[in-house]
Amino acid sequence: MTLENIKSEVEAKVPGCALEIVANPSPSGQHSLRIDPAHAVAIAAFMRDAEHLRFDYCSNVTGIDWPGKEISEKVKVKKLVDGVEQEVEEVRKSQTVGHLEVVYHLYSMEKKHGPVILRMRTEDRAEKVHLPSLTSVWQSADFQEREIFDLYGVVFDGHPDLRRILMWDGFKDHPMRKDYVEPDDYEYEPTAHDEVLERARQHRTVMGAQ
Amino acid sequence: MIAATEPIRILPKSRADGGEGQFLEVSMGPQHPSTHGVFRMDVVLDGERIVKLKPVFGYLHRNHEKIAEHETYLGSMPYTDRLDYFCSLTNNWAYALAVEKLAGIQVPERAEYIRIITAELTRFQNHAALIGFLTQDMGASGTPLMYAFRERETILDLFESLTGARMMCNYMRFGGCRVDLPAGWLDHAKKFVATLPRFLDEFERLLASNEILMARTQGVGVLSKELAVNAGVTGPVLRASGVNYDVRKVDKYGIYDRFAFKIPMGEHGDTYDRYMVRLLEMRESLNILNQALKDIPEGPIVDPKTRIRGFKPKPGEAYGRIEAPKGELGFYLVSDGTSNPYRYRVRPPSLMNLTVLEQLCIGRNVADVVVILGSIDIVMGEVDR
Repeated sequence: MTLENIKSEVEAKVPGCALEIVANPSPSGQHSLRIDPAHAVAIAAFMRDAEHLRFDYCSNVTGIDWPGKEISEKVKVKKLVDGVEQEVEEVRKSQTVGHLEVVYHLYSMEKKHGPVILRMRTEDRAEKVHLPSLTSVWQSADFQEREIFDLYGVVFDGHPDLRRILMWDGFKDHPMRKDYVEPDDYEYEPTAHDEVLERARQHRTVMGAQ
Repeated sequence: MIAATEPIRILPKSRADGGEGQFLEVSMGPQHPSTHGVFRMDVVLDGERIVKLKPVFGYLHRNHEKIAEHETYLGSMPYTDRLDYFCSLTNNWAYALAVEKLAGIQVPERAEYIRIITAELTRFQNHAALIGFLTQDMGASGTPLMYAFRERETILDLFESLTGARMMCNYMRFGGCRVDLPAGWLDHAKKFVATLPRFLDEFERLLASNEILMARTQGVGVLSKELAVNAGVTGPVLRASGVNYDVRKVDKYGIYDRFAFKIPMGEHGDTYDRYMVRLLEMRESLNILNQALKDIPEGPIVDPKTRIRGFKPKPGEAYGRIEAPKGELGFYLVSDGTSNPYRYRVRPPSLMNLTVLEQLCIGRNVADVVVILGSIDIVMGEVDR
């Protein structure tokens, strides 16, 4: 059962879905299948129930943050230099949006095969980005999707109980995002020193005291 | 004095029995010996019966995964010890396996044998201690636990003479192990393993057909096959429900395909089966240990081609998993070609096994929650990460 077979089969069974095989260059050779969020639940249910696939066990669910990158490209532009039109190379910088990714590792306990890896992408890295929850298909995704919601800020639509799981309820940010900044806080350290004290001093000037 | 036949009813008749009683919300934990760590359950009670139960955790959360992103690959190895601090050697192995998959590293034969010996010793002491704690939860104050700890002590001594630490071993390396077996270690281990069947017989005789154990565990917290698979439960808890799934047999990682051992399975999926499966698994671990200690070859313990310093795997990703004593322990690594992992994810078995806790407890008494939780075998270092 190769990934190509699974892809063509899913495409036949779930009309309108867009699948893409993501190659993995590492020696592990674990290639994955990118699915579109709109059909995710149908695809997952098919993969769980199909007689010969039977991916009844969703082992690992996790998020990955891919922040936007700055891309610089050289563009040739015509410009007036000293009154003469000349072709000049210019560097243009653009910023990609970036995205969050959710990865599901599927195995089959019945057929004893796997893993097949499913990935879903969000469109951007906004504070609240939405993806469909697969907890209705595999209950094992329950706590793990809550964890991704907690640490990455992906809102899973259709999750039965989407609350923070590791951080406390009043916590605001999403610590696993790559651009997360630790709070300017030094009180956790019983005897603050060096780096921490320095940060605390900066904190004081910002606050306008001393 | 009240006659023993007269039932005392202080609480109003419960709703389930057609009364007007109110639900009572109780927070079990986080500071309670029966919760096996800093763990809390929000329980809604109808009289003595559980109506709703929500596990609350995160008290030990230190964002291990984020810290690992700022460490080199090797730098995270000591940190994996702190996940499931009862089984640091299997944690090491799971992480080493994931990195070996990511970078395509081969492990020499002697190192594979050492890994299996240490992993099975770890499994043995984990299960023995777990059964001790489980009976402790049922009120058998100390005796089975002390019996288990007596053997665990010797196993930890063996670990100490091998790795230098009793619990935080930090022993596996990518492509092998850190140090070779010290002189005389194998003879020590052989002699000790030969005494373990006697301990198991004694342990079994101590508890088997004990009236309290039977009454408290049989038929309590029944986990169905379908729910166990769907909820991603792994390890002895899964096999107690009658699902034949052991990563040692399915993936044949390391050199597990060379050893003859059986996978014990339960029939009912209740707490008693979970206890029994562990007891039988310990015997199978001894089986593997005897074969491994006999066959271990001489040779290098680490692949000489592996770079320790400046280790930078090519971009890509890998998911490596092993059968840890508590279930499937997986590490998912994404490399971007630098010396630190871009993404480092632990799939902790204890956390996933907790998913079914509410379904197991609903309809049972408060006292049963303690026993059911004990039989699931959680370690908070791993649940919270």
